[in-house]
Amino acid sequence: MSRPEGKGSSALEVKFVPDEEVLKHIADDAGIKVRKDKTQLTASVKRFVKKLENISDNEAQEILEEKNYVAALGICAQDPLENGSSVSGSEVYSFQTPKRSSKMAEMASELAQTPGQSVAPDHSECSENTVKTPQSSSKYMFLLLMHVFSLLLQSKKKEFVSTTPYRLRKRLAAPDPYLESESEYSASCSEEEDEEDQKEVSTVLSGQKTSAKTKAASTPPRRNTLAKKTKEDKMSNLVEEYFEAHSSSKVLTSDRTLQKLRKRRLNQQTLHDLLKKAPLAYAAEIKELNQQHESLFSKWMLQLHLGFNIVLYGLGSKRDLLEKFRTSVLQGSLHLVVNGYFPSITVRSILNSITEEVLDHIGNFRSPLDQLEFIIKRFKEDSSLQLYVLIHNLDSQMLRGERSQQILAQLSSLPRIYLIASIDHINAPLMWDQAKLSLYNWLWYETTTFSPYVEETSYENSLLVQQSGSLALSSLTHVLRSLTLNARGIFRLLAQHQLENKDNPSYPGLSFQDFYQQCREAFLVNSDLTLRAQLTEFRDHKLIRTKRGADGVEYLLIPVDDSTLTDFLEKEDEDV
Amino acid sequence: QQIQEDLNKQLFDNLVSFLRRSHSEFQEKTKEWTCRMKSREIPTAALVLGVNVTDHDLTFRSLSEVLQNNITPYIALLEAKDCPGIKNLMQKLMGQLMNCYIEVDSLEDEDCVQVSQKRMRCSMTSLINWYESVTKKMDSKTPSKKRTSCSRHWQSPPVVVIFKDMESFITKVLQDFIVISSQHIRELPLVLIFGIATSPMIIHSLLPHSVSSLLCIELFQSLSCKEHLSTVIDKLLLTAQFPFKLGEKVLQVLINIFLYHDFSVQNFIKGFQLCIVEHFYSQPLSVLCCQLVDAKKRVNSLSHDQCENIRRLPSFRRYVESQASQKQIALLTADNFLKEIIQKLLEDLHVYHENYVSVLRCLHVFTSSLPKYPLGKQIRELYCACLENRVWETEEYESSLQLARMLNKSDLVTMLQQCVEIFVSSSGKEFDKTVEKLKEFLTQFQKLEAEAFQEQDVSVSSQKELQKKTDLYHLQKTLLELKESRRSKKLTKFEKLRFEVVDYIDSLVRNYLVPADHKTLHEIVYFNTASVLRGHLNAAPRIALHTALNNPYCYLKNQALKSDGGSISNKAPDICIVYKLHLECGRLINLVDWLEAFSTVVMAVEGPNADAASSDQVDDIIHARFIRAVSELELLGFIKPSKQKTDHVARLTWGGC
Repeated sequence: MSRPEGKGSSALEVKFVPDEEVLKHIADDAGIKVRKDKTQLTASVKRFVKKLENISDNEAQEILEEKNYVAALGICAQDPLENGSSVSGSEVYSFQTPKRSSKMAEMASELAQTPGQSVAPDHSECSENTVKTPQSSSKYMFLLLMHVFSLLLQSKKKEFVSTTPYRLRKRLAAPDPYLESESEYSASCSEEEDEEDQKEVSTVLSGQKTSAKTKAASTPPRRNTLAKKTKEDKMSNLVEEYFEAHSSSKVLTSDRTLQKLRKRRLNQQTLHDLLKKAPLAYAAEIKELNQQHESLFSKWMLQLHLGFNIVLYGLGSKRDLLEKFRTSVLQGSLHLVVNGYFPSITVRSILNSITEEVLDHIGNFRSPLDQLEFIIKRFKEDSSLQLYVLIHNLDSQMLRGERSQQILAQLSSLPRIYLIASIDHINAPLMWDQAKLSLYNWLWYETTTFSPYVEETSYENSLLVQQSGSLALSSLTHVLRSLTLNARGIFRLLAQHQLENKDNPSYPGLSFQDFYQQCREAFLVNSDLTLRAQLTEFRDHKLIRTKRGADGVEYLLIPVDDSTLTDFLEKEDEDV
Repeated sequence: QQIQEDLNKQLFDNLVSFLRRSHSEFQEKTKEWTCRMKSREIPTAALVLGVNVTDHDLTFRSLSEVLQNNITPYIALLEAKDCPGIKNLMQKLMGQLMNCYIEVDSLEDEDCVQVSQKRMRCSMTSLINWYESVTKKMDSKTPSKKRTSCSRHWQSPPVVVIFKDMESFITKVLQDFIVISSQHIRELPLVLIFGIATSPMIIHSLLPHSVSSLLCIELFQSLSCKEHLSTVIDKLLLTAQFPFKLGEKVLQVLINIFLYHDFSVQNFIKGFQLCIVEHFYSQPLSVLCCQLVDAKKRVNSLSHDQCENIRRLPSFRRYVESQASQKQIALLTADNFLKEIIQKLLEDLHVYHENYVSVLRCLHVFTSSLPKYPLGKQIRELYCACLENRVWETEEYESSLQLARMLNKSDLVTMLQQCVEIFVSSSGKEFDKTVEKLKEFLTQFQKLEAEAFQEQDVSVSSQKELQKKTDLYHLQKTLLELKESRRSKKLTKFEKLRFEVVDYIDSLVRNYLVPADHKTLHEIVYFNTASVLRGHLNAAPRIALHTALNNPYCYLKNQALKSDGGSISNKAPDICIVYKLHLECGRLINLVDWLEAFSTVVMAVEGPNADAASSDQVDDIIHARFIRAVSELELLGFIKPSKQKTDHVARLTWGGC
C-alpha cells in the first residue's frame, strides 16, 4: 500500500509548486501591480491549493481504495499467475484519447520500420514516468493532472460522468484570456526559473500567512476563479475530448472505400484456399500450448464428475481442443456436440436433439420449458443416464439470450449432465447473473490457443462486408436455375433496370405498373395476375422486396448490392 | 481418494442443511401462530433473506421440507419465471399441489391421480373443490390409517404457497392472485410466504394499499449470510476432526470472493470443494490426509516411491537437517524407520491442530472485545492472521496485548471463564494444566474481590471519619497522602494479576499458535496454491484476451515476439497486429486504411524477398489474412460492421464506442 500512497503524495508535490507559478506568470504577464497584489495573490493561491489538495487527496484515497480492493481480490498478489498475465485493471480498461485516422498509418509505418522495436507508449504511461522524475515544469504538471484525472475516471467513471463535467463545462464557458499566454509560457519556461519561483513562493507563503488571511476577503474574485479556470481547463481537456468523441456523430475518417481499390472481392472458397497457402505463424509454439491444455483432460473429467461444469476462455479457437477432448476421452460415452457458432442454432434444437436422440422420445412439446422439465424428469428417474454436452461458443448470437441461457443453465445443473463449453466474446461473462452462475457452477480454465477461428468465422453472418456478395450470388443463381425461362427473364428485366439506376441514390425501385408494361413488351407475361404470381415466388425466396411509396404505388427492389447484381447478369449472359 | 471426497461432500451438505433447518424451524414455530389468525386476511409470512440469492434455493427447499413434515402436505413453490400471467400461476399452483398430494398418498388413491391427469379448468373454484374432496377423504381415512401427522395438528391443513422471489413477480399477477384468494379464504385456508431479497418495504411498494390490507403480514428475518459463513468456517476449519486444512492465502481468496462478489455461502462451499479436489489431485501425498487412525494404517502401506516423495517435502527436509547425523542417514535410507517417524509426526500434527483450535478460540475471546478490534472482530480474521505468520510478531498483536492489559475485572473474569469452558470442552490432553492454571487465576480474582470488599469497607469507614471532621486542611492532607500512596504502590494486586493473566495467554499463544508452515509434513493437509483457485473461480477472461493480444510472448515463447512492455513487434500473429492498429482509431475504422496499414506492417516483415513481380499474389494472401483477422476480432466483440459509412466498422471497446 505504500506505493500508491507515495505516488499520491508525489503527485501532490509536483502539483503544489507550479500552481502558484502559473498564477504568478499570469500575473506577470498581465503586468498589473505585482507588488501590491502579491499578498492577495498568494492568499487566493493558498486557498486554491488547499482545495486542490483536498481534491487530489480524495483522488488518492479513491485510488488507494481501489488498489486495496484489487489487492484484496488477489489480482495483484505477489504470486503471479503461471503465465505471468497479471495485468492490472487500469492497464486494460484505460481509455485512450481518440486519435486521428492518420495515426494508424503512422503507427503502421513505425511498426514496419522498426522491426522488433518498441513503439511509442501511450499517453498514460509516459505521464506515469514523469510522476517519478522530480521535474517540476508546468508542462508536465498538466500531463500529470490528466493522468490523475484519468485514474479517477477509471475508478469512478459513473459518478464522475454525472457530476464533474457539468461543472467543468460551466467553467469553460467563461472566456479565458490568459489561457494562451500561460500555455506559451509553459512551453518555454526553464527549470532554473522554476526553482527560483519555487523558493520565492514558499517564502511568501510562510511569511505572509497571517496577512493573507486577513486580506483574503478582499481579493478580487476574478483572479481566484481565473486561476482555477486555467487549471481545470487543462485538466478537463481529456474529459472534453472524451465527450467530443462521443457526442458528435461525425467521425473523421477517410472516404476511401474498398470499391475503389482495384481488387476483386474474395468469396469464401478462394479465401479459404488463400489462407491455406499462407503458413501459420508460430505453429510449434501453438502446438506446445495445445499440449499443455491437453494434459488437463483427465482433470477436467474428474471435475465434471464432481458436479462442476467447465468453461474455457482465452484467445484462439478452442474448437480443436474440445474436439480432441471428445475423441480422446469421451469415446464410448454418450455425448452431444453443439456448434454454437452455427447461425441457425437454437435452444430448442439442442433440447430436441437431447429428447430425440438421447432419450428416444418422439413427440412435440408446447414450450422449451416443458421440454426441459421432461428432460429433468427423465434424468432423475434413470440414474444410469449420463450425458456430456460440448458447446462451442456458448456466447454466440443465437445462444446469448437470457432465456436460452437460463434453460442451458438449468440443464447443466442436472447432476448427470456434464457441460463443457467455450466462450470467446469479451463481454461473454456479462450474460450470467448470480443465479445462473450458481446453476452453471463453472470452473474457469484459460486456454489461449492462438489458433485461427476457421470454423467459427466461416458463416456468412459472422463476416464483414467483403464477402457478403458471395453467398447471395450463389443463392441467386441457384434459385433462378430452378425457375422457368420466363421467370428468369422477368428477374433479368428487374435487375437491369435496377443497375441502370444505380447512380441514383434515391431510386425507389421499379413500380409495378411500369414493370408490368415492360414485361408485356418482352412477351414474358400476358396478364398482371401471372406477373403477380411470379413475384410472389420471388418474394418467397427473398429475391425481391416490395415497398409502397408515398403515393401508394408498389415498388420492387432486389435487395442485393450492385456489384453482385452485375456479376449475376454477366454469368447469366454467359449461360445464355 | 474418490470415496474420501464424496464423504467430505456429504459432510458439507449435511452441515448446510442442518444450518438451514435450524433457522427454518424457528420460523416454523412462529408460523403456526400466524396460521391461527383466522380472519378475512390471508396470513402471510415475509422472509427477508438478504442479497445472497444463490443460497435461497437451498433455504426454500429445506423450509418446504420442514413444513411438509410438520404442518401440511400442501405446499407449492412458485418462481417468478414460471408465472408470466395469472393463468400460468394457477396452473403451476394446481399442478404442484396435486402432485404433492399424490406423493403423499402414494399409489392408493388412483382416482385422484386420474383427476389430476385430466386437463381441468384451473380456477380457484376447482381448487377449492379439490381441496374439499381431499380433506374429506383424509377425514374419513385418518381413523383407519396410521399415517399423516398433519391431520393430528390441524383439522384442515392449510395450503402453503411460497413465492420464491417476490421482487421479480409481475405486480399485476400478484395482486390478482391475492385478491382472488382473499375471496376464498373461508373455504381454503391459504398461507402465503414471500421470499424477499431486499427490504420488507418492497411489499408495500409492489402492492397497493387495497391489496396489502388483505394480507396479514408477519416479518421474519433470516440469519445474515455472514453468520452462516462463520458457522461454516467454525464447523469445517476450526475442528481437529476434519483433516483437510486451507492455507492462509487460499482462505483469504475464498473469503474475499464471498465478501466482495456474492455473499453466497454456497459458492464458498463450492470453492472449498474445489480446494479439496485440487489438493487430492495435485498432491500425491494427500493419501495421508484423513483421520489419524486411517492415516497410520496408510503410512504402513506406503510404497518406496511415496517415501521418496515424503523425503522430498521441504518441511521434511528441514526436519531431517535438524536431526543428528546418524538419524539423518536412517531417515533418508530406511523406509521402515521413516514410516515410524512419519506416524509420530502425523500424531504431532494432529495434536497440534487440536491445541491450535482451542488456543485460537481462547485468544479470540480476548481480542474480539477489544476496542478497535486490532486482530479482527471475527474469528476468521484472527485465523487468517495466525496462519499467515507468527502472530506474536505482528504489530496488531502487540497493540491488542496492550489493550488487554487495560481490561477491567469483570470482563477479564468472564473471559477467563469462557476460556476455561473452551479448554474443558476441547479434547486436548495437555490442557489439564492450563485449565488448572486458569482456575487458579479465577480463584485469585475472587479472593481479590473479597479483599476489595474489605478494603471498601475500610475506605467507607474512613470516609465516614472524614465526613465527621470536615476540616479543609485535613481533607487536603489525606487526599495528598492517598495520592502519594497510589503513586508509590504502582501496581495493585489486581493489576499484577492482570499482567500475569495476559502474560500467560501470551505464552499459550507462543506455544500453540505456531503457523502451520513451520510444522513438519504440513504439506499433506494444507492446500496452499491460491492462484489455481483464483484462476478457476474468479477468472478474468478479459485480461487473458488483453494479454494474448497485446503481449503474445506470454503465451508463445518465441524470441522473435519478445519485446519491451507495452509494445509488440511486427512479427506478431496477424490478429495482434490488427488489434494494435485498431487501437489507434476512433469510433469508426475505415477498412481500406486498416488494410493498408496492415499490409505495410506485414510487407515490412517479408521485406526484400517480396518483390514487385509476385506482389499481386502476395497481396491476395495478405488480403485474406487481413479478412481473417478482422472477422476474428468481430467474433471477439471488438468491432462490428457499421452502416454509417460504407466500408467502415465500429469499435466497441475501450476508448471506442
